[in-house]
Amino acid sequence: MSQLLAQLPGLVAQVPGLPAAGSLVIPLVDNPKADFSDTPWWLSLIKALLIFVYLLISTLLVIWFERRVIGRMQQRPGPNRAGPFGLLQTLADGLKSMLKEDVTPAAADKIIFTLAPLITATMAFVSFAIIPMGNKASMFGHMTPLQLTDFPIAVLLVLAVGSVGVYGIVLAGWSSGSTYPLLGGLRSTAQVISYEIAMGLSLVAVFIYSGSMSTSQIVSGQSSLWYMIPAFFSFAVYLVTMVGETNRLPFDLAEGEGELTGGFHTEYGSMRFAMFFLGEYINMFTVAALATTVFLGGWQAPPLVSLINNNMFSGGWWGIFWFTAKLWTFMFFFVWLRGSLPRVRYDQFMRFGWKFLIPITLLWVVAVAFIRGSQNGWFGGGQVTVPGVNRVIPTATLFAVGVIAVVALAVSWVWDNRRADEEARAVTNRVPTEIDPFAGGYPVPPLPGQTLREPIRASAAAIYTRDGREPDAVPVGVPAGVGAGSATVTGSVTGTASGAGSTATITTPKEDGRG
Amino acid sequence: MTNSYIPLLFLLAIGAGFAVLSVGTSLVVGPKRYNRAKMEAYECGIQPTPHASGGGRVPIKYYLTAMLFIVFDVESIFLYPFAVAFNSLGLFALVEMVLFILTVFVAYAYVWRRGGLDWD
Repeated sequence: MSQLLAQLPGLVAQVPGLPAAGSLVIPLVDNPKADFSDTPWWLSLIKALLIFVYLLISTLLVIWFERRVIGRMQQRPGPNRAGPFGLLQTLADGLKSMLKEDVTPAAADKIIFTLAPLITATMAFVSFAIIPMGNKASMFGHMTPLQLTDFPIAVLLVLAVGSVGVYGIVLAGWSSGSTYPLLGGLRSTAQVISYEIAMGLSLVAVFIYSGSMSTSQIVSGQSSLWYMIPAFFSFAVYLVTMVGETNRLPFDLAEGEGELTGGFHTEYGSMRFAMFFLGEYINMFTVAALATTVFLGGWQAPPLVSLINNNMFSGGWWGIFWFTAKLWTFMFFFVWLRGSLPRVRYDQFMRFGWKFLIPITLLWVVAVAFIRGSQNGWFGGGQVTVPGVNRVIPTATLFAVGVIAVVALAVSWVWDNRRADEEARAVTNRVPTEIDPFAGGYPVPPLPGQTLREPIRASAAAIYTRDGREPDAVPVGVPAGVGAGSATVTGSVTGTASGAGSTATITTPKEDGRG
Repeated sequence: MTNSYIPLLFLLAIGAGFAVLSVGTSLVVGPKRYNRAKMEAYECGIQPTPHASGGGRVPIKYYLTAMLFIVFDVESIFLYPFAVAFNSLGLFALVEMVLFILTVFVAYAYVWRRGGLDWD
């Protein structure tokens, strides 16, 4: 230990270039790769303004994009009136919210009530400063990186600023002087900080590969291989946590309108509400931009395109194109999730974060550390040459990967067995009974395994399978009138099936009355 | 730029300026019609429950979550310098870090066992 402590000052001071054992090894360089020596202060100011405009326009577009795509997924057109293809819809909404009355409830803490949305909106913009959007390009006669700034702890800034943004949520909930916002704010805070741990841990594996927390350094380290491949599990964890972190469906429990009305912003209206809205969408862009930078090679061209003409499509302003394309892939992912998944329950959500994501990400960090250690030759120098590909793999790496695979298999085997036991027990414990759906005077749907006393229509009977689940497809022969008559038919297939199911329950008394 | 943190302030100032300006504009431009019911807290149409002075009581679970958050966030912060300097630290640091993670796992198992991670 004392030996290590004695080494530490030397480690900080010197920049050792280590012998590369694997193709991924990057020498430890403490400084950011991006060079800002030819960037005067006014150019930084212009770049800050450009980032601000980029974010504002992206937000205006993504809200329209989200509503249009969700509309398509639900077989309706979405907003298509304001401007070409409805593109100006968000602008119109923004103007409308500006012209509305700004109500402050009498019970609210006036100053903090106004301060909270300002904190959220302001903090949302800051993180984007360290996101590299392109390689060097010429701006006003200066060669400058397409990135506002960079420093050795750049990624830490995103996490720190995200944590400050939580203040906006908790203060808004507290200062409203109302019950729903208070509960929504507390929930949201608990949610964001819980998923921040897993998010922070998932990035550790990337730092082990890149040897730096500077974003430009991380991007340049991915010139041969994007980190989403060696750190694939981190990428998966990050994808989950970034949805939890931004309060988006299926994790938008803070705004669960069925239980909390609007969550922490129930009492807000007008522009102060719009600030929360803006903050949420910019936060989505920020976490997506960090994912792009850290896992998807940032502004670099995709693998096959990068082969063209000595990687000409990565240089200069091209970076912004690739960066934006990758960013919007994540945006589509967000919208897709919202269009497909229902909201999870709060205890399930917290259990998943605390009891699954955190321990398994910690184990993954240890696994990556061992793999990297073996690549550095710390566990002996034996090597295996892969014939044909001309790639050298240390034997210790193979050993480490093998051990991890065996452990993962064993854990999943135990887990599967336990799940199978639980399911078997659930089946045997279930007592299928016949219930009278109208015993209490109003229709009660059957529980899984229960059957209704009244004989229901043959077409609707197909809906209830043995275990009570709905079949995947609409049963053949459901008359169009059954679904459309008394139940709302939503676009999706399962929606139609459940609509027909509830109709069958409801229509029973009519027949009862007639008979 | 000599100090790479100054551009952050530019972006912070622009963002804050935009937020203050839009909220201020809506305060000036928007209508103001007084209505006592409008100023009441929203509670789905019923009479709002008055809040206890000082914010009232909050379930202990949230407090517990905040404490656990600090424990694990500090852990991940300790992991960052280790990860960045990984290649130059050598095998000794790897073993040390595994021991550190195991130590935190003991606390984690204790909290799990005592029901600190359960929500109902």
